[in-house]
Amino acid sequence: MASQGTSIWAKHQIFEKHSYWLTLGILLVISIGGLVEIAPLFYLKGTIETVQGMRPYTPLELAGRNIYIREGCYNCHSQMIRPLRDEVERYGHYSLAAESMYDHPFQWGSKRTGPDLARVGGKYSDVWHQEHLFNPRSVVPASIMPSYPWLSKTKLDSKRIDEDMRVLRLEGVPYTDDMIANAKADLDTQATTDADAEAFNKRYPKAQVRDFDGNAAQITEADALIAYLQMLGTLVDFKLYDNKANVR
Amino acid sequence: MEDATYNALAAFAQTWGLLLFVLGFLLVIAYAFWPGKKRKKEMDDAANIPLRED
Amino acid sequence: MSTIQDPIPAPAKSMRFGEAGLLVVFAILAFCSIIVAAKAYSASYAFHAYIFAAASIAAVFAIGNRYMDRPAGPVPQEINGKPNYNFDVVKVGTVLAVFWGIAGFAAGVTAALQLAFPMFNFDTSWFSFGRLRPLHTSAVIFAFGGNVLIATSFYVVQRTSRARLAGDLAPWFVVLGYNLFIVIAATGYLLGITQSKEYAEPEWYADLWLTVVWVTYFLVFLGTVLKRKEPHIYVANWFYFAFIITIAMLHIGNNVTIPVSVFSHKSYIYWSGVQDAMFQWWYGHNAVGFFLTAGFLAIMYYYIPKRAERPVYSYRLSIVHFWALIFIYIWAGPHHLHYTALPDWAQTLGMTFSVILWMPSWGGMINGLMTLSGAWDKLRTDPVIRMMVVAVAFYGMSTFEGPMMAVKAVNSLSHYTEWTIGHVHSGALGWVAYISFGAIYCMVPWLWHKKEMYSLRAVSWHFWVSTLGIVLYISSMWVAGILQGLMWRAYTSLGFLEYSFIETVEAVHPLYVIRAVGGILFLIGGLIMAWNVWMTIRTPLTEAERELALAPAE
Repeated sequence: MASQGTSIWAKHQIFEKHSYWLTLGILLVISIGGLVEIAPLFYLKGTIETVQGMRPYTPLELAGRNIYIREGCYNCHSQMIRPLRDEVERYGHYSLAAESMYDHPFQWGSKRTGPDLARVGGKYSDVWHQEHLFNPRSVVPASIMPSYPWLSKTKLDSKRIDEDMRVLRLEGVPYTDDMIANAKADLDTQATTDADAEAFNKRYPKAQVRDFDGNAAQITEADALIAYLQMLGTLVDFKLYDNKANVR
Repeated sequence: MEDATYNALAAFAQTWGLLLFVLGFLLVIAYAFWPGKKRKKEMDDAANIPLRED
Repeated sequence: MSTIQDPIPAPAKSMRFGEAGLLVVFAILAFCSIIVAAKAYSASYAFHAYIFAAASIAAVFAIGNRYMDRPAGPVPQEINGKPNYNFDVVKVGTVLAVFWGIAGFAAGVTAALQLAFPMFNFDTSWFSFGRLRPLHTSAVIFAFGGNVLIATSFYVVQRTSRARLAGDLAPWFVVLGYNLFIVIAATGYLLGITQSKEYAEPEWYADLWLTVVWVTYFLVFLGTVLKRKEPHIYVANWFYFAFIITIAMLHIGNNVTIPVSVFSHKSYIYWSGVQDAMFQWWYGHNAVGFFLTAGFLAIMYYYIPKRAERPVYSYRLSIVHFWALIFIYIWAGPHHLHYTALPDWAQTLGMTFSVILWMPSWGGMINGLMTLSGAWDKLRTDPVIRMMVVAVAFYGMSTFEGPMMAVKAVNSLSHYTEWTIGHVHSGALGWVAYISFGAIYCMVPWLWHKKEMYSLRAVSWHFWVSTLGIVLYISSMWVAGILQGLMWRAYTSLGFLEYSFIETVEAVHPLYVIRAVGGILFLIGGLIMAWNVWMTIRTPLTEAERELALAPAE
């Protein structure tokens, strides 16, 4: 130790006296951990596999997701159910990697000031969501969630939703030309009760079609956000899901 | 398959790996505090840089 | 300005390359910003474009004015054989740090009140918790902490290199450009512009701007070290180097986004799902490791020895501490993703390295604390030293708590709860803020040529008021976190979940109130500091101080 240590010790002077070597040394040392932990995630089976039922967000859901992000919902609500007994019982099947494969960015969150939302879709009625977003304390008296009264009053800005989808396609989300060409029409269709949704449903299987905010006069931000909340965690059918194929 | 590799790695990390790290840690500590090194004067000199100015 | 009586004619003044170049760049930026503003997809993005345009035009005028007023020759590197330090940028950074500190603490108090009493959201979009929380985190970490780091690093690197800061306009570009980034980020959150990546919320254009500023920062720092008169690079500078380089890497890696259009504030991150989560917490945890730890350790390694007038306890230990810390920290990110869809091996690696990280962290703590060995009485007599030593003690405490919470079994309880918030604040308030306060209390008298702060009694008051605040804060959040964790997993004897979620929300309400009180006390401490700094700067110099101030290198 002593003799070898001394020689290494003497060699360390190169970092103490040459700023370029110091810079290089730091760069090398800080790269290793990240490379080992991140690079494999792009080719390991468990992290890149697809699961039956996953599809890209519809234009309306995507717009709703952007409102979810804009209002900072992720600050208080996670979307990641851990495989622990109480969580699975409280929120549903634990979250799969594949369920967030089209999420740019991911919304797993880090804090549960409010409950997890990974599988909130279908748990409450549209009316409940409308009231709850307008004033949470009208349906949950002890809630500390802020009220979002402006959502149901603000017309959804969806003029350029196809541009958003184009960018996402560039990043690997499988939006087809058909989906992008019909983006604005699809958005209107999904938010309208009794619309002719056959072509739309072919493009987005299992997508829910109705007037989400209870206001047929216009498509509001509440329409988009509720459409997004109502589809969360509903795409994968866990009766058909084979967990042996998804060892992680 | 993936599980087997993981378990083997974990078993190694929890025995020999642990020992290795503890030994390495002790060596580093001994090294840092070993009295009377060749570069002692240089180190003392460097440590005094903030106090020497002006 | 030269006068007629000058015996030697002043050399003809001409624009330096940097001045001319920056003039052109800012003129172009102003022009482009106005075009973007006119065609922006949203009003909030247009607002940001106008801010960029206004800042660019202001920069053009400032550079022009400075050119008119400055002497013709180059800035002397030395005066009377002593380095001609550039402390003006340090002064600006220090004052901005105090300002942003108060703003950030106030935002934190507001957010705490909103959680205790939701009426404080006032039903307005820009003031609701979801937008205010990133404002608070960014204001304290990047605005307050960032300005402290830039100011102290520019001070320390000059002093320990005995050389004037490299660059002429570049240091100004770094300080002012960084603060422009802060303004863009902060107003953006309130307007709903965010990419939702925690601690990396600003959108693509703010990220690009920060990248330019940050690279300039690195070059100024490196340039100054290259000019040094000391053969040896002092240890504090290594930590600053690691901080600047790593933050650059993390910032770029976590912000690989494609904007929808140059006319849209919206962008989509290239990574998705698991990969994005891993990138995020590789970034997020190392923002803690390199922004909030390495950078502030640099402060510890300069300001504590300087104030205590004793060299650092073991220089050899600091070398070991340095390499071990920066190597191990990078691996710890996955402990934010325990039991998630991230593969198990990555979680285990994250946990293992988090536990190992305890060792270099405590190595650093020992080095900082033991610097005072033989001078412990200063803890009693000097409130500034007391603040910095308590900071190091809090560092030790949080770096023990952190590895413990990174153990999967503990994390299964603590994750998603207020315990995390308590842990973060014991590090952020106890360590980062206290070592920053200490550095500010050291540096303000040094920079403004005063013997000491205006009132050391006020420093003592700041210390005790904010310490009480911290204790209330972290103990209430610790209790709240464990309460949440236990209630969420509680079962009745019949095997049903015992509590609904809302019952756990009700249970932590009193603790939220205590936390808000703690935050208010901490804010009051900050206000005491701001007043003290203001009075120190404002009070005229005494005769003795004036004599010292006239010595050029001081």
